Amino acid sequence: MGLKIIVLAKQVPDTRNVGKDAMKADGTVNRAALPAIFNPEDLNALEQALRLKDRYPGSEVTILTMGPGRAADIIREGLYRGADNGYLLTDRAFAGSDTLATSYAISCAIKKISDYDIIIAGRQAIDGDTAQVGPQVAEKLGLPQVTYAEEIVSVTEGIVAEDDKYGVPHAILADEVSLNIKGSLVIKRRLERGVETVGTTFPCVLTVNASAPDCRPRNAKKVQKYKHAKTVTEIQDQSEDYMDLTADRPYLKIEEWSVNDIETDINWLGLSGSPTKVKKIENVVFQAKEAKKISSDESELEELIVELIENHTIG
Amino acid sequence: MANFFTDNPELKFHLTHPLMEKIVALKERNFTDKDKFDYAPMDFEDAMDSYEKVLEIVGEICGDIVAPNAESVDQEGPKIVDNEVIYAKGTQENLDALVKAGLMGITLPRKYEGLNFPIVPYIMAADIVSRADAGFVNIWGLQDCAETINEFASEEQKQKYLPRISNGETAAMDLTEPDAGSDLQAVQLKATYNEEDGKWYLNGVKRFITNGDGHVSLVLARSEEGTTDGRGLSMFIYDRNEKAVIVRRIENKMGIKGSPTCELVFKNAPAELVGSRKMGLIKYVMALMNGARLGIGAQSVGVSESAYREALQYAKEREQFGKPIIQFPAVYEMLSLMKAKLDASRTLLYETSRMVDVYKTYMHISEERKLEPEERKELKRYQKMADFFTPLLKGMSSEYSNQLAYDSLQIHGGSGFMKDYPIERIYRDARITSIYEGTTQLQVVAAIRGVTTGGYVDRIREYEAMELKPELHGYRRILIGMTEEYVHAVKTVTSVKDLEYVDFHARRLVEMAGHIVMGYLLLLDTQRDDSFKTSTEIYINYGKAENQSRAEFIHSFNLDQLGLYKHV
Repeated sequence: MGLKIIVLAKQVPDTRNVGKDAMKADGTVNRAALPAIFNPEDLNALEQALRLKDRYPGSEVTILTMGPGRAADIIREGLYRGADNGYLLTDRAFAGSDTLATSYAISCAIKKISDYDIIIAGRQAIDGDTAQVGPQVAEKLGLPQVTYAEEIVSVTEGIVAEDDKYGVPHAILADEVSLNIKGSLVIKRRLERGVETVGTTFPCVLTVNASAPDCRPRNAKKVQKYKHAKTVTEIQDQSEDYMDLTADRPYLKIEEWSVNDIETDINWLGLSGSPTKVKKIENVVFQAKEAKKISSDESELEELIVELIENHTIG
Repeated sequence: MANFFTDNPELKFHLTHPLMEKIVALKERNFTDKDKFDYAPMDFEDAMDSYEKVLEIVGEICGDIVAPNAESVDQEGPKIVDNEVIYAKGTQENLDALVKAGLMGITLPRKYEGLNFPIVPYIMAADIVSRADAGFVNIWGLQDCAETINEFASEEQKQKYLPRISNGETAAMDLTEPDAGSDLQAVQLKATYNEEDGKWYLNGVKRFITNGDGHVSLVLARSEEGTTDGRGLSMFIYDRNEKAVIVRRIENKMGIKGSPTCELVFKNAPAELVGSRKMGLIKYVMALMNGARLGIGAQSVGVSESAYREALQYAKEREQFGKPIIQFPAVYEMLSLMKAKLDASRTLLYETSRMVDVYKTYMHISEERKLEPEERKELKRYQKMADFFTPLLKGMSSEYSNQLAYDSLQIHGGSGFMKDYPIERIYRDARITSIYEGTTQLQVVAAIRGVTTGGYVDRIREYEAMELKPELHGYRRILIGMTEEYVHAVKTVTSVKDLEYVDFHARRLVEMAGHIVMGYLLLLDTQRDDSFKTSTEIYINYGKAENQSRAEFIHSFNLDQLGLYKHV
């Protein structure tokens, strides 16, 4: 069984080790001061995709990313680790997108790719921390979704049984609403208080947690093979020798899609398609404001407990 | 999120040495592989860019996985389960990451699924891995054995074993026995040829074998019955899949505890002869050992790097008497000298690696076509230099790694003596570098020929003639003075015409040559990059004083005094 897997990945500013200049005075992220990296949980997602590819030879892993031209780095990073190809969705029309507009644009791109079995994304990106894009993409494509995935336990091709054990009569349902069901997955989800094992049909969308295995390293041979992979825009600045090279090696061309390459309603894109309004951004500076001394006296302790419960610190 | 390659710009400096253009062109045979392999470079810049990108992977794995695992690996160590060596959990994680990254056959030709990198980037990877975990580099670095198979085994053997190593199988070199350590001529493990099935069988015991349960082992064994010296020894490949070797025990060591040091019992173990009979020790082990000694040079430099970094960080953070201890002369002098020795041993490491690169690549080319007279001359020249420089590097850099570990622990004070800081492990790990693959004393035995035949002086005169910026001429004058002093000391010792007398002073003379060589190499580094100036000045000052004391000892000594030292 060869699966077609799309990994949704985002290039993000590395907010994990922030220095003093990480934020601008107006409270927005100073992207220049932070290195652009592959969103960490998207790497966990990529690893899940690559493990499926290891398990089912003949599978194909495609990276889909939306962002400025330099986000092509994300696709190269994916190729270095074992992805087969990638699409960069880039256009000024996408600028200023919130999660709704982003998931709309991405879902349109996925519709254009059309042939896929499983879409895997990281749970959330470390710049916005919304965890909304994966689920919204699923909604827009009318696909089932499993969030907080940690492990894909099994993949079964085809429709399992009419009265299958998960209570979803796949065959009947598929027939009634003419759903496109290719098979089913069993997935472990990492929840706050434990692990839940669930089943879903696919095509579907999974979002993967950081608790899932780390992504494999870049591979030395793949790095040497794909380091010359470039998008159309990047190729423009290259020498003629390079043009000859890409003619011989078609895998070095990274697909770049603008708004004209996919079918969209322009009103749903970018700023105009983004209902999110930022009311105010504050710089939070941690500092001790007032100190309170409490003796080990029973009554004082009780008073403290009551106070903490009242202000919802505990309880 | 550390990267042990990119956080150390000195590595890139050594990677981009001017001689690399020649080395890469030779190694890539003028870039003919590019039509056959999608990962082969198109030109020099492309190749260098690939080395750098691959070293970035090494740096990332070492910073993010290998270094953080070092402490638990040191505590847990390997064990034997059902006659199989099971690595510590962290060791296995390290290995898995490096295998997935495709870093197991770095120097092997592409037709055997290797990366076809020169020795320089390979040694740089070893330098980086050693900084992360000096014990782990032993397992990973045994890919050196594949280089020996590539050099001397038959085409059939190469096709059978090399792709396996490129794809992640580990190796071992089985030389030492209970009664054959430094003196390998005494090896007794018996190889018997069975006329019936036309196979060789091995019987006997090997001891202190690093990664003894590796997939592919090179075994030195006595194939010629009735012989007692090195001429009766041959080299064999043993494949673990034969399951004919018992891992009797794993040694409980002081340091490099993650690396399994095994005692092996060969019980009628089928093995394949490598190359010609009787050449085992004389030719193949010598080549294997030279490669391994270069590897220990890298390990020593990596250990020095980690010892220096730990000391520097501690000295900046630790406050006593109201200020960070780095502000006290006693401490900053130690740190500066540590850095100078680190830079000195690293520049010697890459100088030696380049020499090995040039002559080994010529050797491989000579199997494909007849070398031009000029090329043959160059092969000989670089081989000779590499033969002198390898023991010098191994001896000096391993002693320096011990000195740096000692000083780094000293800077940590009482805290360094506790298990709370990494320096305690680094100190234990450093200790083996000046012992295995030939003790420092044996390196001196190999290096003294470079002293008595004038090999070092010849190379020193070449350095002397190289172009320097005017502001660096002063350092060269000091080095010229040191060279005169060295030549004079050598003459004083050799003119006695007594071999034991030469042996007695050998280490002094070799070290004098070492100080001059490394002084020049640092000076030439400064010519290319000003940031080495401090280390150059400190090292030359240090070397000058060290050489003076050695010269003083030699000149005020005579043959009669030798007797004094025999009373012990």
